[in-house]
Amino acid sequence: MRLLRTLFLSIALIVAGGGVLYAATDHLRAFTSEAARRIAVRQHPIEVPSVAFETQSGARSDFANLRGKWLLVDFIYTRCPTYCVALGSEFAQLQDQLAGPLGKGAVELVSISFDPAHDTPRALAAYLQRAHSRGAGWVAARPVDSGGLDALKQVFGITVIPDGLGGYTHNAAIHVVDPQGRLIEIVDPGQSDLAARTVLQKLGP
Amino acid sequence: MTSRLRPVDAACGAALLFLMLLAPPVKHALEERMTTQMLVQIPLLVVVGFLIARSLPNRVTAVIDDWNCRGITGLVLATMTSMFWMLPRMLDGAVTDSLVAAAKYASAPLLIGVPLALSWPRMGFIVRGVFVVECIATLFRLGWLYLISPERLCNLYLLEDQQRLGQWLMLIGAALFLAVACKLVWGRFDSLSVAAREPQPAHRGLPSAPT
Repeated sequence: MRLLRTLFLSIALIVAGGGVLYAATDHLRAFTSEAARRIAVRQHPIEVPSVAFETQSGARSDFANLRGKWLLVDFIYTRCPTYCVALGSEFAQLQDQLAGPLGKGAVELVSISFDPAHDTPRALAAYLQRAHSRGAGWVAARPVDSGGLDALKQVFGITVIPDGLGGYTHNAAIHVVDPQGRLIEIVDPGQSDLAARTVLQKLGP
Repeated sequence: MTSRLRPVDAACGAALLFLMLLAPPVKHALEERMTTQMLVQIPLLVVVGFLIARSLPNRVTAVIDDWNCRGITGLVLATMTSMFWMLPRMLDGAVTDSLVAAAKYASAPLLIGVPLALSWPRMGFIVRGVFVVECIATLFRLGWLYLISPERLCNLYLLEDQQRLGQWLMLIGAALFLAVACKLVWGRFDSLSVAAREPQPAHRGLPSAPT
């Protein structure tokens, strides 16, 4: 009897535990938070809050003003020696790939700095220059207040930690925001083709 | 080990240790590094469970025993729960999401520590052997993964922290392997005689305190 009860309860625990693990990994697809946030926004697009920012030319704007355009957003800090350099050159390539819709104002590339204290308009302009920005349709900006930055980090799922060397370690990705201002897709750095295709497909012929 | 510990002392010890781990400065300090969250905080929460198991009155353990033949059920429960807390996204979640944090603080003692402590004395030689060898294999697998992964698996922790954890996991795996090897060569196997004395193994090794 003890043996049977043990067998019964053990099998029940394996089934229940398997179910919990299955659910907790988004059906065995996401074992890391980075994979999880990609799946989460694909299933439930999140609205981007209207956060005020200052661009590389010193002009003030707001995410709310960008409604109606497709946005490709990344998060950077201009002193970054690694990810942000790679993301910068990818954005420059995207400028070529999306030259048409960028020229028509249907798409905009946005690089948001999470280090606003250091990344003045001048530093942001220098970053764009280093990344060989073609000029059109790519803004680099810093949030005007820290509350706005926190809201953006929360919505986009950006985690920034000091690397102990005066810089930061952060998760890098290209975020696709639709004209309704909703974050609908996150792609890995290195997959800018996919981001471009997604936008071109949605824009139609 | 702690078989002389009185139930009252065990309960007090469990409460003290748990409250200490719950204290914000301690919690924050241990969760600042991936290495300390996985190798200090979670194991200490499991120890809280061991102490809780010591403090349980005999009638409770007797009831559990009826469902825990040779410690199998407890082993299954502890294993399933441990798998959950090995997911990198849960290590992130336990710091950023208070619901996940609460789940960790409740489940590590109650669903890993208590069942393991209740099951170990009832486990036969073979079950113990399989369990320990599987622990060693998991330590090596996980350690190797953390050591060679070029990407950060947790958004909250640095790559060097992840690699240091990998080294520690492999070191612990190696130490456990050496301990098992020594035991095989020079050790005594009390559990053999325990297993031979079935069908009443449940009353062996019970944390029986003088009443």
